[in-house]
This record gives sequence, structure tokens and C-alpha cells, in this order.
Amino acid sequence: MTPLLQVKSIEKRYGARIGCSDVSFDLFPGEVMGIVGESGSGKSTLLNCMAGHLEPDAGQVIFDTRADGPVDTVTMSEPERRMLSRTDWAFVHQHARDGLRMSVSAGGNIGERLMAVGDRHYGDIRDRAIDWLGRVEIEKSRVDDRPSAFSGGMQQRLQIARNLVTGPRLVFMDEPTGGLDVSVQARLLDLLRGLVREMGLSAIIVTHDLAVVRLLADRLMVMKSGHVVEAGLTDQVLDDPQHAYTQLLVSSVLQV
Amino acid sequence: MIELINVSKSFTLHNQGSAVIPVMQGASLNVAAGECVALTGASGAGKSTLMRVVYGNYLAASGRVLVGGLDVAKAEPREILALRRETLGYVSQFLRVVPRVPTLEVVAEPLLAVGCDKQAALDKAAGLLRRLNIPERLWSLSPTTFSGGEQQRVNIARGFAHDYPAMLLDEPTASLDAQNRETVLSLIEEAKERGAAIVGIFHDVEARNRVCDREINVSEFTPGMVA
Amino acid sequence: MNEYNFAYLDEQTKRMIRRAILKGLAVPGYQVPFASREMPMPYGWGTGGVQVSAATLTPEDTFKVIDQGADDTTNAVSIRKFFENTAGVETTEETEKATVIQTRHRIPEAKLRKDQIIVYQVPIPEPLRFLEPRETETRKMHSLEEYGLMHVKLYEDISQHGAISTAYAYPVKVSDRYVMDPSPIPKFDNPKLEMDAIQLFGAGREQRIYAVPPHTKVVSLDFEDYPFEATKADHPCDLCGAEDSYLDEVIMDDAGNRMFVCSDTDYCRSRREAGHKGRLAEENAA
Repeated sequence: MTPLLQVKSIEKRYGARIGCSDVSFDLFPGEVMGIVGESGSGKSTLLNCMAGHLEPDAGQVIFDTRADGPVDTVTMSEPERRMLSRTDWAFVHQHARDGLRMSVSAGGNIGERLMAVGDRHYGDIRDRAIDWLGRVEIEKSRVDDRPSAFSGGMQQRLQIARNLVTGPRLVFMDEPTGGLDVSVQARLLDLLRGLVREMGLSAIIVTHDLAVVRLLADRLMVMKSGHVVEAGLTDQVLDDPQHAYTQLLVSSVLQV
Repeated sequence: MIELINVSKSFTLHNQGSAVIPVMQGASLNVAAGECVALTGASGAGKSTLMRVVYGNYLAASGRVLVGGLDVAKAEPREILALRRETLGYVSQFLRVVPRVPTLEVVAEPLLAVGCDKQAALDKAAGLLRRLNIPERLWSLSPTTFSGGEQQRVNIARGFAHDYPAMLLDEPTASLDAQNRETVLSLIEEAKERGAAIVGIFHDVEARNRVCDREINVSEFTPGMVA
Repeated sequence: MNEYNFAYLDEQTKRMIRRAILKGLAVPGYQVPFASREMPMPYGWGTGGVQVSAATLTPEDTFKVIDQGADDTTNAVSIRKFFENTAGVETTEETEKATVIQTRHRIPEAKLRKDQIIVYQVPIPEPLRFLEPRETETRKMHSLEEYGLMHVKLYEDISQHGAISTAYAYPVKVSDRYVMDPSPIPKFDNPKLEMDAIQLFGAGREQRIYAVPPHTKVVSLDFEDYPFEATKADHPCDLCGAEDSYLDEVIMDDAGNRMFVCSDTDYCRSRREAGHKGRLAEENAA
């Protein structure tokens, strides 16, 4: 089986400081990988390097494209990369405001990616937007409301709908449940889990919340100071952590 | 089907002076298809540890842990996940589910995960819930709100939904009433009948004697303890 | 010292603007940056159009200025006077006779010829600005032809008003490449953008010039199920009876009586001179 994504020796420096260094892994179709670590551990830098938001100083991010098979997205042309990020890739921001157009209706937000890839039938676009609102548990009657009138949890669900409408194969998520109430988090996680399973999505989720990865991720990578210190099956890493830092991280979580 | 060859396990507590605690040494066992083996030994002897090593939840320090031909000690995460999905079932003592998912779907999920037809999966799930006396009115609710006993039975139903060729059972009959205990024992017997290799922990001696073909005392594998 | 250089601007500036115009013509619909000068009139009064006109005019030209179709508004009159004073060119109110026409918000009803040039005053040249405030991002979107956002705007129109309510500055795609703001002309005028004359667009404050050469394909954006429609008030002109011209609605009294008249005053006048009469022509003449 060809990995969907092959990350090879990614390095990003900010001057003398290391953002992330020597990160390599393969992600297979349908796999969900969590990246955990404290603030400043390099997990967001890594995510942004993979998603094409930051240019890594070294390394490759090879994606198995539909048309041409595995291609290094770091060296591919910008139009190709942007096309990829509108079709086969999705990026869910921590703050829904960064991922939504706040002055555009919910329907327009969801429809944007469809229109970007050439859909020109208003009725079809709207039907699909309404269908997706339902799938992320937002009242269909809210289709013409702007996201500014939505609660934080609804905004985050709208952002997810907007990202998944084109049927991407790889979703990058940056703290998708950060800043949400615990009860809202649970609902969102449950929803994400269902969508990931249903659509056969591969996902990379950056978070500092171990409960999130336990629920969503098949595998886990633990980062500290820009380096991967431990990786493996999620429950194995959490229940039998090998590295000192992971042990500290796991033991720091309050038991409920 | 399940084979351990000279497996050892220790915990290194980096944050407590790097203390190394050996918990298992030289563990070897072999469970064939259609066989049920009980793990025995005093509390703390490492019964659960051994089960977790087999399931890939704990990382073996050395040795080989073969389940259906895959060495769990060295396998890639996705290989272990595929193994857990198709080959190796685990009925733990506690139900761990996502909130909001209805009981019927919780039980049917392992079948859906192996690509079973949705209706067939729900039918089988319903049959198991019925056998385990979970009232039908509860099926559409999430089991998170159920009593401990109900949760345990939902967990068993889920564990037996898919016909795994290999199974790990952690106290499957604990705290069940006579009728449900009987049901669980017949489920285990049926699993053996179809050729499942089973490793279990049974504190319930009667149950152990009824379903298990032999016992393995894990104290033999406990470092510093002489069996 | 009261002698202006021809058409106010110095020759170096006009050369710079002409280079931008030529580049614009070579890449239809592409917004060419230019070093817009301070003009002796405020931004918003057509400083972009005036600079383009200044760089385009020759002493032999006949110049016409229209503002919302009319030749006699303050804006039109003052720009016409400006070039009478600084360039000494002939001016006219007749579309027929003009060789350079500067316009704000309209395209004349009369079909323009290949020996004419029309110069549009543009307030906001960037059609994507409505949804994307970052200039760096809109430039990238143009260069990569990422125009999905344009349709988001039209989608919003339909979802909120049941139809594409954008009535002016209706976005077009030029020569199958660049999406362009045709300046705030009514969408009724959009089909006329495929014409025989040269079309130049000048945005003074935003420092952009763009152009549509003659016979260039110009397509108004739309949806398959909500096709583009060039709409006007469903009424004939009350003065000249024209049924094919874009109309202004004029409220006549406190009772709410109103009349519809051609927004193109020259077109209306020439029709009336040819004997056409509308509903209110008699009283009006009286």
C-alpha cells in the first residue's frame, strides 16, 4: 500500500531556534495521527510545514496525488499546491474565525470550495451546503445566517463542513477543540470521529489535549523542543509511555 | 493462534529516579484455535499486563508476541489496528465509548468496521443485546448513562459482535447475575466451538473450570517470584 | 505662466500612463499599477479617468464627458471645461462626434465605432475586494485564476435576494482570463462591453489602469440556473419613447408621480429631434 503522505526529515528553523527538526513518518489512507506536545514544542510549526503554510528549510512532504501519484508538495508549484489545498486537503483552524469568511452566509462558506473547483449551478451548490449543515448538526434553516450569529461550537462545525464538502482525503487540524466548552468539545469530537470513519479520511491532529487524541487518533507522535521523542499506537503511548517527557505529560493529566 | 516466546516487560519510571520495575520475564505460551486458556496467579502477578502485551497496549521489552502470525511487539500501529479490527478481540472490564452514540450502534460498530452490511450488523447487535437482557428501550440511548452492570453487558455484547479468531477476556463474568453469567459462558463456548483461541482472566473458579481447557500461572513469569 | 502643458500633465507623466495603457491593452483585464498624480480635483471625481484621458487626447480629438449618462452634471461639465482650458480640444455632447469619451457609470446607448476611445472612471478596480481585503492575496488569486470567490458573492446575492441583485459593477471575465470590474456601470451595459471601440479604465486613488481592446470576449459571471440578465426598468422613456435604453426614474411630486427618462441625455435628445415622442413628451415640451 502506498502511504498517502510521506514526511521525510522535515526541518524548520527560526533563525538559530529550532521550530521542528528531523521529523519523518508515513501516513496511510484512513489513518488518523495525533501530534501532542506542550506549547512551543514545534507541533504547529510541523503542521504548517506539512500543510504548505510554511516553507520547511529541509525535507520533503510527499503526497499521493490522484493524478500523478506521489509528489513532493514542498517543491511543487504554488498553483498546484493551492489547488491541492482546495480539493484533496483540508485545514481546520483552532479559531473558526481564521477558517471562515465571517461576512458570508453559512451556505456561501460551505459552497466556496465547490465554486472554487468550478461548480456553477446555484441549486446544486445550495443543496450540498444544506446537506452538509445537517451532517455537522446545524439547523438547515441557518443556511443564510452569517457565522457571526453562531456559537463557538457551531462555528467550528461550520468550518469543518466548509472543509469537507469537496471530499478531501487528508485533513490537517490545529487544536480543533481548543477554546470550546467541554460539552461542546465532546459533541465535536464525536462528530469528527463519525466523519473520519464514514469518509475514510486521513487526518493529522495537533493538540495538547490527550483525551482528544485518545478518542480520535490511531497513532500518536509526541514532540518536545522540535523533536519527536516518541511515536506509536495511541493507546500504547498513553498507557505505556516510554520516554520521560511522555510519562510526564501523561501523568500530568488530571484523572476524572 | 496466540503465541508468546520469551517475552519480558518492565516499566522505567523516568520521573522517579529512572527506577526500572521488571514485571514479566521469560513469558512463553501457546494457545491454539478452539482453545481457552485461563491466566491465574495472585493479584499483581501480571495477568492484566500479559493481556495488554498481547493486545499491543503495552510494549514488550523483548521476545515475540505472535497473534495470527503478526509480531505485535514489533508491528506498525496500522498493523496492530488491523489485527484488532479483524483478528483479536478484547473484552475489558470497562466500557469506553464516545458519548452520544446509541447502544445498538456501539455494539454493531466492530461489525461495521470490518465492512459488514449495516442492517446485518444491527440485527446481530440486537440479538446479542437481547440475549444479555438489555431492555430494548435502552438501545437507542448512549450506554454512558447506564448502570455498571448494564455497561458491562453492553461491553460483552460489543466484544462478541464480530467473530474474532482470537480473544482476550478480562473477568467477563464478574458481578453478573446467574442468568447473564450463563449467557456469557455460552457465548464463550460458542466462540470456542467456531475455533476462537481465547486467553482469559477468570476469578470465578466455576466459570473457569467450565470453559477453560487449561491454566497458566503467570507467577512463573514474575521476576523475583518463584512459582 | 498661465500656459498649461497640453492636457495638464507633463509629457513624462503622459508617457508613463501610455505605457500602462499599452500594457493593459496587451493583457486585457489585467490591472496595471501606475504612478497616479495629484490632480486639481478630489479623488472620487474621476482623477483616474482624467489622467487616462489626458494621456490619450491629441489636439485633433473631440472630447465628450458623461456622468451617469448625462452631459450636463457638475462633474461632466467641470471635466469638460478642464480639458477645454488645459488642452484646448474641441468638446461635444454628441456621442457620434466624439473621438474620446470619458464616462462615469454608463456606456452610451449609441454603438461606439472603432475610431473612438471610451475612458471609464473607476472607484475600486479590484472585483475581489468585496470578500478579500488583502491586496497580496487578491493579486495571487488573479495570477492563479482563483476566481471561486467571485461566485460566492453572486451566491450571497441569490441566497439573500432570490436573484443576483448586483445591479452595477457586475463582474466580468475578459478574454477567458482575468475577472474585471467594469466600473459601476449598470449591468444593462455589460453586453455592450464587447464593442468596436477601445475601452480604457482608470482608477486614480487606487493607482490602476486596465483595458479591453476592441472585439474582446467579455462574459458576465453567472450560475447555470441563474443566468446573467441585462435588466432595465420595464418601461419606455417618457420623453422619447425609447424601449431599448437604460432609464432613470424621476420622482415628480409629493404624490409619488414619477417618470422614466433615458439616462443617456444625448441619445434621448437625438431621438426627440428625430420626432420620437414619449408619454409625457407634450407636457414637457409645453
